Amino acid sequence: MIIAEQKPISEIAELVDNYDSLLLLGCGGCVTVCLSGGEKETQILASALRIKRRIEGRPIEIVTSTITRQCDPEFIDSLQDLVKDFDVVVSLACGVGPQYLAERYQDKYIVPAMNTKFAGGSKKHGVWEERCGLCGDCILHLTGGICPVIRCSKSILNGPCGGSQNGRCEIDKDTDCAWQLIHDRMKALGQLELLKKVMPLKDWSKSRDGGPRRMTREDVVIR
Amino acid sequence: MISGNCVLEETLKGGKLAVTAEIGPPKHSSPAQVINHARLLKGDVTAANVTDCQTAVVRMSSIAAGVHVLSSGLEPIVQMTCRDRNRIAIQSDLLGAYSLGIRNLLCLTGDHQMFGNHPSSKNVYDLDSIQMVQLVRRMRDEKNFFSGEELKEYEPRFFIGAVANPFADPFEFRVDRLEKKINAGAEFIQTQCIYDLERFSRFMEMCVERGLHERAYILAGVGPLRNLRVAKYIQANVSGMIIPDEIIQRLKNAEDQEVEGISICIEQIKYIKDHIRGISGFHIMAIAREEIVPHIVRQAGISPHME
Repeated sequence: MIIAEQKPISEIAELVDNYDSLLLLGCGGCVTVCLSGGEKETQILASALRIKRRIEGRPIEIVTSTITRQCDPEFIDSLQDLVKDFDVVVSLACGVGPQYLAERYQDKYIVPAMNTKFAGGSKKHGVWEERCGLCGDCILHLTGGICPVIRCSKSILNGPCGGSQNGRCEIDKDTDCAWQLIHDRMKALGQLELLKKVMPLKDWSKSRDGGPRRMTREDVVIR
Repeated sequence: MISGNCVLEETLKGGKLAVTAEIGPPKHSSPAQVINHARLLKGDVTAANVTDCQTAVVRMSSIAAGVHVLSSGLEPIVQMTCRDRNRIAIQSDLLGAYSLGIRNLLCLTGDHQMFGNHPSSKNVYDLDSIQMVQLVRRMRDEKNFFSGEELKEYEPRFFIGAVANPFADPFEFRVDRLEKKINAGAEFIQTQCIYDLERFSRFMEMCVERGLHERAYILAGVGPLRNLRVAKYIQANVSGMIIPDEIIQRLKNAEDQEVEGISICIEQIKYIKDHIRGISGFHIMAIAREEIVPHIVRQAGISPHME
């Protein structure tokens, strides 16, 4: 899933400082699962903003709503009647949500309440880790199921570099060296020979470097 | 075949011990310091590495500084990392470097930018050091750009180097990775600074067993520790470097730590030269103390003039 975290409340408050009413919009997708932008977090943020403004003697009216997904035009459309009463909509979705809102509701000021971090999963309750670099050309079958593109801090394909020590990456003693993990796993699988071959240059055009990406499934496109 | 007019390559291929040192370009635009260091070193070393924004700190370009070294009468080994350039910039810089007379190239992945003075910069790492070695070699021998497009004429004919770190982990894969670099086309290898002679001996035994020393020239990396504080810092904080406790102890007991650091370095060179097989030369890293290199070289008895 997409892992995102809320911006500091002070920052969000500053972004809406000029407004006396707003719609705070949660998302029922990934950000609900990673406990940052679901219904509960939307209510908490609304309360915090209301309290702050009341203390300042400038009360703010906040309406909250959480839709199934902000990355789907169908659900964005369903907000039509609600959105029309506000000049500003604050989105608690990942970076996709504010953009879908801005595309659909062109006269509204759309404010992101989140910083979108990475594609990953939970490690334990309250801890999430990055697992996929969204590179568009998966090589996990060659690397023991561990992604060097996103888990090696240099994304090298022929590691480990000279900064790997005691299983940790040179950038941080709490970060595993992905190539140590790859080495250990390939060894356990009896596939170390694979790591002795030079892995060729990666085609980054399949990643973000090829420009904004689009995927079309002709068989499901409705014409 | 000799890649170009290149003293380092001739020395190594002639079976003579090569000695290389390191010149760190300045954090400004004056060439004076680089020129001084090149003049100071030129009688005592075969060639000098010119570092490429080492530890990700912005410094004069290694190619520009390399040209200053060359015009001061010393052969440069230009270092190039993958951190700051994509494959377009790397090839463009290689063509430019060769056009300016640079003949030795050391390919590195490069320190992560978080260690330097621009930790918020974007990193590139479009390719890694092993891929760079392979593609520079292909550029020279098969006359191809990295994309496979034909490089019709005036292909750069670098003498191609890479690094090896026997002190990083996993140890058992370190020789494999060196072999991978040699298979990719590396012709000379400079190692990370050696302080743990026991581990380095084991590493070299494995290299010799596989005949890697006959397929590439391996230069042992050494460096004088400045004082106890620096040694302790490296021991505790620098990934991929090992400093044994007995060296820490020697520095602690020394009357003059700097002198002791130099003595240890000289002893290590002598030990490696006399006891460890497969070494074709030494690479002396006296970071920001280029002026002490001639003393080390002469005291260790490896000065090119002594041959």
